[in-house]
Amino acid sequence: MKISTIQELLDAEVICCEEDLSRHVYSACGSDMMSDVLAYVKDQAVLLTGLVNSQVVRTAEMMDMNCIVFVRSKMPTAEMVELAKESNIVIMATKKRMYEACGILYSNGLVGNRVKSV
Amino acid sequence: MSEALTFHFDVDGADFTSAGQASVQVKKNLRLLGISPDIIRRVSIAMYEGEINMVIHAGGGEADVTVTEEEIVISLRDHGPGIKDIDQAMQEGFSTASDRIRTLGFGAGMGLPNMKRYTDHMEIRSELGKGTDITMRVNLK
Repeated sequence: MKISTIQELLDAEVICCEEDLSRHVYSACGSDMMSDVLAYVKDQAVLLTGLVNSQVVRTAEMMDMNCIVFVRSKMPTAEMVELAKESNIVIMATKKRMYEACGILYSNGLVGNRVKSV
Repeated sequence: MSEALTFHFDVDGADFTSAGQASVQVKKNLRLLGISPDIIRRVSIAMYEGEINMVIHAGGGEADVTVTEEEIVISLRDHGPGIKDIDQAMQEGFSTASDRIRTLGFGAGMGLPNMKRYTDHMEIRSELGKGTDITMRVNLK
């Protein structure tokens, strides 16, 4: 799914890296716990979260994710935006809640992925 | 690459915001060495989890990443409180992190399991009141 499609589906505001909206994501992960996110290994994914701190961007960077969507109208700090720009990670914010945002993306064909067992 | 390359990092335990900087640098270094993206991701995530653990549990520490023809070795050392029961700490969902840490998105009890998940070998040596040494290996061949 194109990142621009995610933006349209979630009626999201683009915060940074608008030039990368034509890139694709192939899976998604919705969580406020970054270690749960790190248990998934999938690149070119979108992260949906209501957590706002620098480690959200670092987590996405470690996972080679190329888009973060903040739900419930949460807004990233200026420092987070700078970190995201350095790594070409698109940041968007939507008024939708986590459950609804994930449901919309899932029902439009963006499915999650399995976690490898330890 | 005929000789081993080692990158050393001091992990600052006082600043949660900057935690992960060493892992970001390792990722950049491994890219420059032409290591495959899949291996880089595994090493970066394992090191990042270790770095976060050192910051939230041990007040920081040191990290060395050594790259040879055969493998990448990540060594983490701290002088924190140590791990009381390593088997218990390896269980997904078990955590001794504070509620404050959970509000920051960590402390879900996934750190050590994730480090094991993404590496080919992991060894933990820990002594209560003295600290913890963790060595992780990722095979390149």
